[in-house]
Amino acid sequence: MKIQILAFGIAKDIVGGTTLDFEIPEGTNVAQLKRQLQKDYPSFTELTSLAIAINSEYAQDEQQISERDEVVLIPPVSGG
Amino acid sequence: MIDIELLETPLSVDACLRNVQNVEAGGIDIFVGTVRNQTKGKKVLRLEFEAYAPMAISEMKKIAERAQQKWPVKRIAIHHRIGTLQIGEIAVIIAVATPHRKASFEACQFAIDTLKETVPIWKKEIFEDGEVWVAAHP
Repeated sequence: MKIQILAFGIAKDIVGGTTLDFEIPEGTNVAQLKRQLQKDYPSFTELTSLAIAINSEYAQDEQQISERDEVVLIPPVSGG
Repeated sequence: MIDIELLETPLSVDACLRNVQNVEAGGIDIFVGTVRNQTKGKKVLRLEFEAYAPMAISEMKKIAERAQQKWPVKRIAIHHRIGTLQIGEIAVIIAVATPHRKASFEACQFAIDTLKETVPIWKKEIFEDGEVWVAAHP
């Protein structure tokens, strides 16, 4: 299935834009998505951390992604 | 009462103070985070902040709610700026009103420390010879 991923901060620079259309198998979970992203964009492995948010909440590794979810890449935050 | 703002316009310490003042609170602690002119001796020209806005607001609300659970917080304001900020400008204000001073210090420190760990806001430092997303790399 095709999902659209939003990217902020350095993640935006790594994927080359604020949105990324990404093809994943049905039932893909957060850990699997992260592994695929790190394979396609090795720069992600150099970051201090990479979290995924689903529908505005931090997602756990085992959480499954569905087509209607808002999926967002959260590189290390640095507010304040 | 919780007052959360994510703003593209300059922040106001007066507004935060006004919003947390309360007759039951004998102590108000205010933290103000400003833009420093250098990082590790390197001159910073300006900062650029961006946020995943809906989640940044909900995470700031969670921090305020957790502060209310841990301390007797009467009112709390968390205002964060986004966009381009010049040296000396205010990036964040946290104001906490509690019956006695000790809790206001502790709750305010908890709020800023947690904000820096969990709220999806990113800052880029612009130097004379390049730019860096802060904290992105080890």
